[in-house]
Amino acid sequence: MEARSIQRNKSQTLPVELPAVDVRAVTRRFAPGAPPALDGISLQIAAGEVHGVLGLSGAGKTTLLRCIARLEIPDSGKILIAGSDWTALTPSELRRERGKMGIVFQQLHLLSSRTVAANVSLPLELNGTPRSSITSRVIELLEWFDIADKAKSYPAQLSGGQRQRVALARALATNPRVLLADEPTSALDPETRASVLNTLRSIREQFGITILIITHDLHSAAAICDRITVLDAGRIAESGPARQILDSPASEITKRLLSHDVSPQNRAPVLHSTHFEEIGQP
Amino acid sequence: MNSLLDLGPEFLEATLQTLAMVSVAVFCCAVFGLLLGSWLTVTSPQGIAPARGIHQALAAFVNLSRSVPFLILIVLLLPFTRFLVGTSIGTAAAIVPLVIGGTPYAARLVEAALLDVDPGLIQAMTTMGASPVQAVWKAYLPEAVPGLIRAFTVLAITTINFSAMAGAVGGGGLGDLAIRYGYQRFRLSVLLVCCIVLILLVQLIQFGGNHLARHFDRR
Repeated sequence: MEARSIQRNKSQTLPVELPAVDVRAVTRRFAPGAPPALDGISLQIAAGEVHGVLGLSGAGKTTLLRCIARLEIPDSGKILIAGSDWTALTPSELRRERGKMGIVFQQLHLLSSRTVAANVSLPLELNGTPRSSITSRVIELLEWFDIADKAKSYPAQLSGGQRQRVALARALATNPRVLLADEPTSALDPETRASVLNTLRSIREQFGITILIITHDLHSAAAICDRITVLDAGRIAESGPARQILDSPASEITKRLLSHDVSPQNRAPVLHSTHFEEIGQP
Repeated sequence: MNSLLDLGPEFLEATLQTLAMVSVAVFCCAVFGLLLGSWLTVTSPQGIAPARGIHQALAAFVNLSRSVPFLILIVLLLPFTRFLVGTSIGTAAAIVPLVIGGTPYAARLVEAALLDVDPGLIQAMTTMGASPVQAVWKAYLPEAVPGLIRAFTVLAITTINFSAMAGAVGGGGLGDLAIRYGYQRFRLSVLLVCCIVLILLVQLIQFGGNHLARHFDRR
């Protein structure tokens, strides 16, 4: 079946004019009277684009990711994924649409009770894909991610980089339009970080998929993103081509992020502080 | 010692009765407990399909039936037991209150085991398109297997305890034997042997449970 093929033609993805992710004036407030976590965010991510959302802890990155993943519903505004308004779907409609988005969580959230192969097949089992198609798709993915020899291992038996690849393979199992990655490179050693960035780069080449990366690590973002959006206190501080943002940052917060990122020593405290901002936390 | 040997067949029968009562009751409690416990977890305010009304009704039912002392529950259930198994005396009849008394307990144990599963993982399941039933079936239960085995070990041991009480009101088993021969006929040795068999049984179950739980733990 052509649609399940691991490679996807650009022409197969979407009509060019439709953004893969379209965030329209989204506001999210956790308590009445409290400052909003997201304050009227609007953001279009074109099909096939690799987009980085940056910001310090508490800037609203995680809330934005949770809203786009529909783990949270915005108080106002809309979020369209590949043209369909996810904020307006019923639970059962939403479940059918979920296959359009793959997510790699910061904590990966692999199932410890399932083997590598069974973890990758999970989204396909959930959407009712026939057994035989699942098997071939899983083999394909495991081979592409170079973890075929680990198919029968359990996640606890793998290295950090291998686990990351399992999570990526699982996120791509349903051939989604959009891949969300939450801090894909934080909490990794420099070598694994480089390998994950390489993998993300090849995913974008091979799958022609839209990738949205949430991170505080400007260097990682710069290495793979076409465009970057910088969040500050729930608002967009600036948004534009990655080169432009890096070479001539317009906002104070981007300059701060840049200065934070000059050396690994400076990166460490930032890494530490985001520890409290995992996606699992409300 | 001679008199003890005379009672050999009685001991054997009583042990088998206890084993039958406990295994059937634990099996039923486990099945109903898994259902009820999963339902409690899923419908809780922090669950994946919050349903305030259902959750509160389930919780009230569980708390209510857990607050009735077991001996009184047996008596209260007599008409129901007679309706269900045709008699209110005997091993089969003793299973009814054991199941009804044990199920809410099992439900709470299951709920506690499921709440140990990382909520982030359940959210990840949601984003992969899992329905509440699929989340329970493919994530909550498999991920909680070691915890569930430990929970059912506790359940089995508690059921052995309760089966002695059910035995005392005509259910047979080791508790019954201990009361009839040991207590009412003043034969301390029978009482002690019953206790020793029960202690061995509990040790065996705890050992087996720990071993199984470790075996299934992939974390």
